Amino acid sequence: MNWVTACKLDDIEQEGAIRFDHGSRTYAIYRAPDDSVWCTAGLCTHEAIHLSEGLVMDFEVECPKHSGAFDYRTGEALRLPACENLRTYPVEIVEGEVRVAL
Amino acid sequence: MNGMVIIGAGECGTRAAFALREQGYDGPVTLIGAEAGLPYERPPLSKPDGGQAIRKPICEQAALDAAGIDYRPGMSVEAIDRQTRTLTLTGSSLAYERLLIATGARPRRLTCPGAKLALDFRTHADASAVLVAATGPVAIIGAGLIGMELAALLRGRGIKVTVIEAGPAPLSRAVPPHLATALHDRHIAEGVDFHFGQGIQQINPNGVTLASGDHVAAGLVISAIGVIPDTALAQTAGLATGNGILTDARLATSDPAIFAAGDCAAVAQPGGGHMRLESWRNARDQAQIAARNMLGGTEDFAALHWFWSDQYDLGLQVVGLPKAGQEMVTRPLGDGQISLYLADGLLVAAAGLGPGNSIARDIRLAEMLIAAGSRPDPKVLADPAVGLKALLKTARAA
Ligand SMILES: Cc1cc2nc3c(=O)[nH]c(=O)nc-3n(C[C@H](O)[C@H](O)[C@H](O)COP(=O)(O)OP(=O)(O)OC[C@H]3O[C@@H](n4cnc5c(N)ncnc54)[C@H](O)[C@@H]3O)c2cc1C
Ligand code: FES
Repeated sequence: MNWVTACKLDDIEQEGAIRFDHGSRTYAIYRAPDDSVWCTAGLCTHEAIHLSEGLVMDFEVECPKHSGAFDYRTGEALRLPACENLRTYPVEIVEGEVRVAL
Repeated sequence: MNGMVIIGAGECGTRAAFALREQGYDGPVTLIGAEAGLPYERPPLSKPDGGQAIRKPICEQAALDAAGIDYRPGMSVEAIDRQTRTLTLTGSSLAYERLLIATGARPRRLTCPGAKLALDFRTHADASAVLVAATGPVAIIGAGLIGMELAALLRGRGIKVTVIEAGPAPLSRAVPPHLATALHDRHIAEGVDFHFGQGIQQINPNGVTLASGDHVAAGLVISAIGVIPDTALAQTAGLATGNGILTDARLATSDPAIFAAGDCAAVAQPGGGHMRLESWRNARDQAQIAARNMLGGTEDFAALHWFWSDQYDLGLQVVGLPKAGQEMVTRPLGDGQISLYLADGLLVAAAGLGPGNSIARDIRLAEMLIAAGSRPDPKVLADPAVGLKALLKTARAA
């Protein structure tokens, strides 16, 4: 596993998400209402749409294109038209910095 | 045992087939579609492409098999016998217990001389034919959503595009005027030529002659003047039809064993009259309700209307039915804008236009506010410093 510093915790709004690009790939990093931080693959599994632009409510992110939804902690697809789960990646916070294992 | 039969394997019919299984129905489910191949999504057909018509399947064959859906592509239902509850197919027949008509809509045809030279744009086969033929200047007749999306798609390939519209402005049916104007301006900036208020005298192999006598040179003419609901089967079977197959609020037709949903259905409204909608989410939402009610449910269809359109890098989303006469409140949002519509203080609709999906989150929050029956203070609503999410939490707590 390759730990990479992605952003500062303060860069992400509470109950919000940001996009994180690394190498040729794109990820989404979420800050939950309880301030826990999570990372998933960046693109919806229905079409290639950035989930970081979607609505984060509780532990769910909703795709901005057709409202497919995922649990961003587990990557589980919760609502159609998304039916394939998202990949998730471990996250740790070190001195206010968000690090993800890619 | 006679099972559930669905006519039309578009977005609506296909979703309904799966929804029947999700509801726990374990009898036979048959999905009959006139088009060949797997069911596919129409919206990608007119969106920016990688050089050819996109065919995005709604589901794979494996998913149909796993759900035990008997999918019969390339097969047309020719008649419905309501007395014996039997369908006539080409060369065979099929009995049903409950029937869903999800036959969608087909392109309205031009009637001017040379109309046959204009290509339609509804199916994957249409899109493939258009994209192969679009090598030189193109004339698009009709400045609705499909015509405007196509203009953007073709400009993206460097093709000269002229849009000809009978009405005075583009997108006049579903898009609020100020957003239609913004999209129109963008098309002009991208080099699209427009002719408004123009009838067609005739179409010929080298272009279109307008009612004014002007000639628009084009090697390909596309007809995008809207669709008409596919009601022929229902009408012949004696079901009530109007601008669509008439249903009650539960999506049952005038025959209680037969339901209709999606682009072909005109659904009874609480205030009287029937309303027919043409959008991807409506097709799916109605499929869901129709499936439940085919199995004995008594749910009314009440989902808010929602649709999107993509033109160049701009994304449009509209939720609810914005109308003249409602109070409009505008919220600036980065490079885009969101308008919210209030009727007697009640939030009823929202529309937004901006780069990519930048307005999606706020439109979704607006939809949730509408569903929560919110009556926001217009001044607060207009203030970009107040997040819609905060308003929603307040509305839900109240
Ligand atoms: C190019 C294009 C772009 C679009 N873009 C958007 C968009 O961006 N956003 C949006 O919200 N909506 C969009 N739409 C609209 C959306 O695709 C439709 O509202 C939706 O497809 C309606 O689904 P439906 O299943 O009711 O009808 P349809 O998709 O029309 O499917 C009906 C099917 O029934 C079949 N059929 C008809 N009669 C018979 C018969 N007798 N026997 C067997 N089969 C039969 C037809 O062949 C057809 O395949 C777009 C539509 C088009 C054409
Ligand atoms: S792209 Fe995400 S739901 Fe369609």
